[in-house]
Amino acid sequence: MIRLEPRGEVSRIWPLLTPLIAILLTLASGVAIFSAMGKDPGLALYTYFVQPVSTIYGVTELLVKAAPLVLIGMGLAIGFRANVWNIGAEGQFTIGAIFGGGFAIAFHDSDSILLLPGILFLGVLGGMVWGAIPAYLRTRFNANEILTSLMLTYVSILLLNYLVHGPWRDPGGFNFPESRIFSASAMMPTLIADSRLHLGFVFALLAILVGWLLLNRSVIGFQLRVVGQAPAAARHAGFSQNKLIWYSFLLSGGLAGLAGVAEVAGTIGQLLPTISPGYGFTAIIVAFLGRLNPFGVLLGGLVMALSYLGGEIAQIEIGLPAAVTGLFQGILLFFLLGCDALTHNRIKFSIAGRFVRI
Amino acid sequence: MDEAVVPILTLNEVTKAFPGVVANDSIDIRVMPGQIHALLGENGAGKSTLVQILYGMLRPDAGTVFWNGHPVKIYGPAEARNLGIGMVFQHFSLFEAMTVLENVALALNEERDMAKIRKRVIEVSHGYGLPLDPDRYVHSLSVGERQRIEIVRCLLQDPKLLILDEPTSVLTPQETEKLFKTLRKLASEGCAILYISHKLREVKTLCETATILRAGRVVANCDPREETAQSLAELMIGQRISSTSRAARENSGGDRIRVTNLSMKPEDEFGIALDDISLTVKRGEVLGVAGVAGNGQKELMAAMSGEARPMEQPDAIWFDGVPVAALGPAARRALGAVFVPEERNGHSAVRDMTLSENAFLTAARRMKLMIRGLMCRSSIRKFAGDVVSRFDVRTTGVTAQAGSLSGGNLQKFIVGREILQDPGIMVISQPTWGVDAGAAVTIRQALLNLAHRGCAILLISQDLDEIFEVCDRIVVIAKGRVSGAREIESVSVDEVGLLMGGFGVVEVNTGMVARRAHDD
Repeated sequence: MIRLEPRGEVSRIWPLLTPLIAILLTLASGVAIFSAMGKDPGLALYTYFVQPVSTIYGVTELLVKAAPLVLIGMGLAIGFRANVWNIGAEGQFTIGAIFGGGFAIAFHDSDSILLLPGILFLGVLGGMVWGAIPAYLRTRFNANEILTSLMLTYVSILLLNYLVHGPWRDPGGFNFPESRIFSASAMMPTLIADSRLHLGFVFALLAILVGWLLLNRSVIGFQLRVVGQAPAAARHAGFSQNKLIWYSFLLSGGLAGLAGVAEVAGTIGQLLPTISPGYGFTAIIVAFLGRLNPFGVLLGGLVMALSYLGGEIAQIEIGLPAAVTGLFQGILLFFLLGCDALTHNRIKFSIAGRFVRI
Repeated sequence: MDEAVVPILTLNEVTKAFPGVVANDSIDIRVMPGQIHALLGENGAGKSTLVQILYGMLRPDAGTVFWNGHPVKIYGPAEARNLGIGMVFQHFSLFEAMTVLENVALALNEERDMAKIRKRVIEVSHGYGLPLDPDRYVHSLSVGERQRIEIVRCLLQDPKLLILDEPTSVLTPQETEKLFKTLRKLASEGCAILYISHKLREVKTLCETATILRAGRVVANCDPREETAQSLAELMIGQRISSTSRAARENSGGDRIRVTNLSMKPEDEFGIALDDISLTVKRGEVLGVAGVAGNGQKELMAAMSGEARPMEQPDAIWFDGVPVAALGPAARRALGAVFVPEERNGHSAVRDMTLSENAFLTAARRMKLMIRGLMCRSSIRKFAGDVVSRFDVRTTGVTAQAGSLSGGNLQKFIVGREILQDPGIMVISQPTWGVDAGAAVTIRQALLNLAHRGCAILLISQDLDEIFEVCDRIVVIAKGRVSGAREIESVSVDEVGLLMGGFGVVEVNTGMVARRAHDD
């Protein structure tokens, strides 16, 4: 017989162990799935998880993919700490890219050094504007922010499609649904020659540091944590819940917008109908994989970035379908949430009347 | 007791250990049929663990439980109920999102017919003076009303052994007396009663035998009727206890708290509306608000702290001559007021945060624990450390999580956190609820000392002993209205008890009050 029983006090070790266990279980499921597909599981796992980072270029690509995940994940983690469920980071990412990208397109013939700062500023602003909508609806009408922020994602993607198919289409682009290519002065500098690694990753690292300071040292971070853990205590202490909802949405929206603009002005170099392989949604997994802890988010971002890279390479090398990436991400979140039960509970096996507790 | 009678319940060397603590250490207890048996002990003495073993919620590590002379293993509450064990918990096990009736039905092993259950709920609840509306949702009920559900649902099952954990903390003296009649009647019908309490006077009037626990062990078995309250308390605590002392103080100063004609609709549809409340508290005075749980205490506390605000009545509440009714909690604190609500977990403290962080929670501004939006960690640690040392909080340190402290120690920390902010006004609700006797004395003494320094204290409490010990004047709250204030010397417990039942405060016309009057 196996049963769960409460631990009594929250374990210190399990919150750190559960992500590792979840990753191991995901790998084990991977072996099963690959075998069922008739692939050599050892080769598949190698291709998926090791080959992508076996070269310097591979590592820089990993960081390129991790940057948006970490930026978005950090913002989400702060909101999630306060029980503010921004599920629409993908939309804020997209609007950030539209605001910043629109600026780059409008001034495509400028070589001012103010062009790039302007693009980045507008990207952040765009994300904040898109995050402000669910914040307003929640604080004014008590509309559930999970639904509103998620639905706004689809609005933003349709808006991007409209722009690149219509008004912002490249005049010299043979009718392809793409914007002009940004001018060199609109692009973020690369960090390592012959790679695509750009300033976005530095922003991600800065976001982690600032996020850590905010959560652990600042009064507003304290208030966010209290609201999340004990809303009644926050009310008792006189913290304004509405203010904290606004704060969470503007912060996570702004970071998602920054990630979006960094993607188009760093990695892609133009606006396309699809600018994200679902970074905004994957970042939710990143936030939880990282235990809503800033440094955990950094690690979580790297792990999830690897799943994107591995998926691409596995597609090319051994002909695995692209859906395997999404499958792995889903399985990982599933095991992660499942393993979370171990933080507050322990498993009690009873074998022939003897108890073994984990 | 006739020795030939088989004890309904015998515990033989029952031991239960948790990581780091032996909660029950070789406990031996015998309960005879029809006996009212007290289980006495401080918080943390192991009473709750023992009771959870009896009710099948915990398995003992060693030792045997005998039921009617036969060894039994109780694998769960349902099995305990099948044996005939009924349990009224101190911490209620109710589903908040369900109605009273559904909660009762859930606990019944056999009966499935809701109409029948409803009929029995109404019968039993009125028969025992525990009025309940079967269709109310539990989340909207007060602590006192929730406890009634627990009692009623046990009585529905005709138990052979009824375990009650601190059942009278939410009852008026008259209701308590009525409950005792019920319990005596049950006992005379042969039902054994295990009565867990720290109210020694009650144990002395009700129980014929007592087992006293301290630190997980049985330290004495006695007949409480032959002991004094003092001797019982000393057995419980293991040392002599002091009582509070009050220095003479003059209450001639001006009104620091003035509430005039405060009326407020409850936020929650089943809450109590505050109805035309007026009261004043002078400098250096403690005004007690007595009353049965669920008569508007929660709402009054929220109105005083600013967690609920009567926006259309900006002049209803004045602190030190400033109208505060429209201000939030932080602005009221800035005026020198502090608040301690009834619930510790998640309201006045955050369980999973450290004591330092909990100190910061309400003292940040007044104690200047933050600089330019950042937490000033050294000052916070120092302030939390002061609270711990000045109020004798037993803890491993200020980095301990609030949830790791016992109820009494956490409450001392919370009260200390507010008192060290040197408030001019304090509004405090149920300060010694679920707190051990030693901590209760410390807290009450701290309140008296605070008043002596000129603070005006509004003390909302259901514990009449506490009100008579600490307060200068008393009002009674019933159905959201308060009676006129009386000097504590000029009022008797019986008078207060009648007011608590609603007589003299509201016209007896409809609803529960009328029915209760009819029952009397």
